[in-house]
Amino acid sequence: MYFVELGVKGLVYGCMYAMMAVGLTLVYGLLRILHIAHAGVFALGAFIAVVVANETGSLALGFALAIVVSAVAGVAIYRFAYQPLLGHAAFVPMIVSIGIFIVMQEAFRMVFGAYGIAFDYNPYYTATVDLAGIRLNYVEIAMVVAATVLLVGFGLFASLTRAGVGWRATVSDPQMATSFGVDPVRVRYLNFIFGSGLAGIAGALVGLLNNYVEPTMGALVSYKALAIIVLGGLGSVRGTLIASLILGVVESYGTIYLADIFDRDAIGFLFLIVVLMVRPQGLLGRG
Amino acid sequence: MSGYVASLLSVIGINMILALSLNIITGFCGQVSLGHAAFYGIGAYTAAYLSKLGVPLLLTLSAGTAMAGLIGVAVGLTSLRVRHDFLAVTTMGIGFVFLGFVRKQKWLGAELGISGIPAPGLDPLAYALLIAVAAASVIAFSLWIKRSWMGFTFDAVADDEDAARTVGVNVPAYKLTAFGIGTALAGLAGGLYVYFARIILPDTFDFVQSIAILTMVVIGGTGSVWGVVASTVALTLLPEVSRAASDYRLLIFGGMLILVMRFSPGGLAGMARSFLGSKRARRRAVP
Repeated sequence: MYFVELGVKGLVYGCMYAMMAVGLTLVYGLLRILHIAHAGVFALGAFIAVVVANETGSLALGFALAIVVSAVAGVAIYRFAYQPLLGHAAFVPMIVSIGIFIVMQEAFRMVFGAYGIAFDYNPYYTATVDLAGIRLNYVEIAMVVAATVLLVGFGLFASLTRAGVGWRATVSDPQMATSFGVDPVRVRYLNFIFGSGLAGIAGALVGLLNNYVEPTMGALVSYKALAIIVLGGLGSVRGTLIASLILGVVESYGTIYLADIFDRDAIGFLFLIVVLMVRPQGLLGRG
Repeated sequence: MSGYVASLLSVIGINMILALSLNIITGFCGQVSLGHAAFYGIGAYTAAYLSKLGVPLLLTLSAGTAMAGLIGVAVGLTSLRVRHDFLAVTTMGIGFVFLGFVRKQKWLGAELGISGIPAPGLDPLAYALLIAVAAASVIAFSLWIKRSWMGFTFDAVADDEDAARTVGVNVPAYKLTAFGIGTALAGLAGGLYVYFARIILPDTFDFVQSIAILTMVVIGGTGSVWGVVASTVALTLLPEVSRAASDYRLLIFGGMLILVMRFSPGGLAGMARSFLGSKRARRRAVP
């Protein structure tokens, strides 16, 4: 039973990673930029949620604002940092992204304090449900539900709607899509709105899960999300989803069985390096 | 006062070796590494461990250099399998694997690091001069590489790997050489740091450190020896000059990364070149 429980907890973490990593994959697929500042957007979502929820007493309002503010921040990062650099070598926007992330993290420290903020009212992370002997709290269930609903919704959007098809066309061949009348700029904005909003929700949920929001909370999750998108084959959404769940489970077991040799954060990257040595193009990348 | 000068000189020297060593890998050979601090750490841990066993200074320094270089070549092997963005994330992962490993090793002091390292047997100023001599040698070595046949080949690999292969360059051998030299020098910096600080903690070698080293290289001008030297001195002295700059050190680093990449991707060296270039052009314009 313990073995199964570890697997389930791993999948819950996998869902959280997926919400983070999909945004990164979308950006990479479209612009070929390693969007490290995504971590800042994630932490921003968490801070907005906790501050608004504590001030107004409404968690729903906190989540709504977290989504909006994260999406706006993502679009602003694209508009003011990435767009002017699109013609440069790949490492130029990547380093700008690192710079943005550092600045955001320091700004959180100055505005919200270095010690972090807890939710005033958060009964959800202690309230648990027993599912066939496996104990999950409300936030963990919300995480799985949110990831499933949002990602399935996105899949439907991409395959059924006009804008979604235009988006997919732009990812696979920007020039061709443009000549068929798809506005590439609109697609990019859509991309950052969706990816960043998702990161904002993930941040707010992780804040609830730990009942604690701190300036550096984005860092580790986003490094792992980077590992995940590489593992999934950079730019492949399906690969990213699979890699997220696998990484969550590998970490969950690895933390128990490799505890004496490596810490939790090293396990994901160790797994990444091993996989890349066997399949340099990632799990689902084109070889 | 002389103690302050000695410590400042030591820190500048160590940072300079670190930045120049990364410059060989990233600047000369074009292989982006986001985990350089790991090799700094490998050199430091090797030297610290041996020094506690009573091994003399020069031997521990060489052992640290050799160990970092050997592991560096092994990591360089990954650069033969994966390229560009995959490589950036893989090297970042190596940083986390190193840290995650060290943190769990009781014989390396785990979270507490290694303390009580014996004195180098020189007074602080003489030791600082030793570091300065090492740094000067690394500058000379870098300049020599740049002008040598090997430097030209590195350039070709950085510019266009496939083209270099087509004209008969043994690309894997040169990549491994760059990784070997660069990581060995980072190991030397680690060994020098050990006797300077007399205590090492795992956190000294974390991702932020890797980014700090990369910042010095990028702001100086990737690939430019004198640019990197200038930016290392400037960025190391900055927190000493003003109290505000030391409180907001990371914020300033992040902001500079964004501004430099946005307006002068060639860094200080690029700025100097375009300044001299326009001056020369003006002189030519005047008959």
